[in-house]
Amino acid sequence: MSVRAPGLVAYVNARLLDPASGLDAKGGLLTDGEKIVEVGAGLFSTGVPDGAEVIDCAGACLAPGLVDMRVQLREPGEEHKESLRSAGEAAVAGGVTSMVCLPNTQPAIDDVATVEFVARRARQIGLAKVYPYAAATKGLAGAEMSEIGLLSKAGALAFTDGTRAIRDAQVMRRALAYAATFGVLIVQHPEEPSLAGGGAMNEGELSTRLGLAGIPAAAEAIMLERDLRLVELTGGRYHAAHVSTAEAVALIRRAKDRGLPVTCDTAPPYFALNELAVSEYRTFAKLSPPLRSESDRQAIVAGLRDGVIDTIASDHAPQDQDSKRLPFAQAETGGVGLETLLPVTLELYHNGHLTLLQAIGKLSFAPARLLGLPAGQLQAGAAADLLLFDPDHPWRITPEDFRSKSKNSPFDGRPVQGRVLRTVVDGRTVFSAEV
Amino acid sequence: MTQARFPHRHLLGIEGLGPEEITTLLDLSDRYVEKNRSADRKVNALRGKTVINLFFENSTRTRTSFELAGKRLGADVINMQVSASSVAKGETLIDTAMTLNAMHIEVLVVRHPDSGAVKLLSEKVNCAVVNAGDGAHEHPTQALLDALTIRRRKGHLDGLTVAICGDVLHSRVARSNIHLLNTMGARVRLVAPRTLLPSQVDRMGVEVYNDMIEGLKDVDIVMMLRLQNERMRGNFIPSIREYFHFFGLDYDKLKVAKPDALIMHPGPMNRGVELDSDLADDVERSVIREQVEMGVAVRMACLQVLTENLSGGAA
Repeated sequence: MSVRAPGLVAYVNARLLDPASGLDAKGGLLTDGEKIVEVGAGLFSTGVPDGAEVIDCAGACLAPGLVDMRVQLREPGEEHKESLRSAGEAAVAGGVTSMVCLPNTQPAIDDVATVEFVARRARQIGLAKVYPYAAATKGLAGAEMSEIGLLSKAGALAFTDGTRAIRDAQVMRRALAYAATFGVLIVQHPEEPSLAGGGAMNEGELSTRLGLAGIPAAAEAIMLERDLRLVELTGGRYHAAHVSTAEAVALIRRAKDRGLPVTCDTAPPYFALNELAVSEYRTFAKLSPPLRSESDRQAIVAGLRDGVIDTIASDHAPQDQDSKRLPFAQAETGGVGLETLLPVTLELYHNGHLTLLQAIGKLSFAPARLLGLPAGQLQAGAAADLLLFDPDHPWRITPEDFRSKSKNSPFDGRPVQGRVLRTVVDGRTVFSAEV
Repeated sequence: MTQARFPHRHLLGIEGLGPEEITTLLDLSDRYVEKNRSADRKVNALRGKTVINLFFENSTRTRTSFELAGKRLGADVINMQVSASSVAKGETLIDTAMTLNAMHIEVLVVRHPDSGAVKLLSEKVNCAVVNAGDGAHEHPTQALLDALTIRRRKGHLDGLTVAICGDVLHSRVARSNIHLLNTMGARVRLVAPRTLLPSQVDRMGVEVYNDMIEGLKDVDIVMMLRLQNERMRGNFIPSIREYFHFFGLDYDKLKVAKPDALIMHPGPMNRGVELDSDLADDVERSVIREQVEMGVAVRMACLQVLTENLSGGAA
């Protein structure tokens, strides 16, 4: 791994994928230091500039580096599960060049000093870029608004209580209204806590057979429906994280049709798995929100296809063995996702639900645009954050090989297609696959 | 005569008053300003009349201002401070009104923490009632004294751009000023975080801003409002330091206003919360103490016109 950005680098023989411009063509890309200087189908037809380092892409896809808008970093506070460095290594191995981290660290990211700490540490490490969300309420306690204005000026990208829903309607109303004062986004974990509390998996026949307390799909719809009314009342921008149910997709579709400033994302488990993954009490498939029914999964795929679901995020939630090797009801929720984000998302392409450009767009340009990040584009002048990948290469997911400190993947052993060959951040190659 | 040009029994609010009526009160107030500045301040317009200051809410400056106004006019002034929280409010209010009404008084000056309470009381008495502030509804004499201060400094009200900044949600001063300034042809802007703006306030004929730099651009007058922590139920802003950073008035933010823009505040100020302390004391920019002086004159004018109407009507 080089520390300083090199001079001119010519990426030749690439299949260029730029979701921002719709470009999907054979061509080349030239970077100079940290920036992209030229990109296009006909580039290098008259030769590569003198002195440029040449990287032969050999027909592989060259796309903007992925922007993962929902990652739990565990630093500060729980470095035995993940650190900024191990998450950075996992990110670049997964083709992610920008990640947005949740504020549920210890202490929570709810003051300017912690926002600056995370940003400074990530810069020192120099792998994937890290942008923090800050807590919407102080200490993630759901009662008092955090200093949304000052935190936003300090670099907090948007505001969320992370894995907790902002439960109190008045608090949510004021957070939306106050955030709108500064034009910033509120990100919600849409789940009514009083219905989800104590639940371990999706409520239904399977939870009954397994004898586990369920979380009804209605817990998501109820919170979402309330929030959408508050959005209407306040005009605040709202993003629903990791939607998992058919009803949620329908609600957001209606809200968008009415012109409300609402967006949403989902995560690979919700379009690639259903509740059957928790059979045999597999705690690695215990997620929040829980894996849902097959018809919900199909609705998530449909929502991605028709654009109601704007983006895909890894929902990376590292948990150590001790947190997962427990009776199902006691085990922690969450799965690691940085290193499986691309291949599992590419299933949507291989199964014909999305074009390759659309799939990459949901992972890069769409989240960057939603969050106002200068990323996700192959464009002259943009940061040289690049992903070179082979969309067809078959392999089997083996968590033991993950760079992430935690190995709790719900996709353990899954055969997938699509492999990251090289990841470039600000012109520097920060990951390349062993050939 | 003033009587003909201010044909109201009570002064319950600015809403509904016309420009001539407001001008009548301001013109008379102007005369009292000069009188108050002279050695011989006492007049006898209200000699033998009784004014009761009935305050259901703590107040020092407004009550003192009304008391002084009444005394300078020669009236007998009595202060009654009633705790609004002690008894069931509606009943106490009407009972108190009936009791006072039986004592043959001329003017009742009332402040109450509930919007509409002063109007309710006015329906039960034969005397004139002056609203000295009801809840978050109106505070008409404050708007009048603000207008008098501006008019004396700028020569006119029409065509001026006035920014009212801060806790509009809880402010009766803001509402009275919006009515008055709009009636007199000024342009009113509100500048506040969205949590401190009441619902659909843009329908009151104001331009709404969420950013001080945008909202103060080229204004003639900056009216700062007091952050009314005591009226807040729950969390409208994250912290005082954040509030001051974005919505507190300091020299930096004031730069975008007109070079001769005036700073006003209804008092009592939270220094370092809505207003930089040095700026509040800057005699070049701040007219906050002048507002207090105008208050006495405006209240004398109001007491006078209302008692004149009363004797005319009751005769």
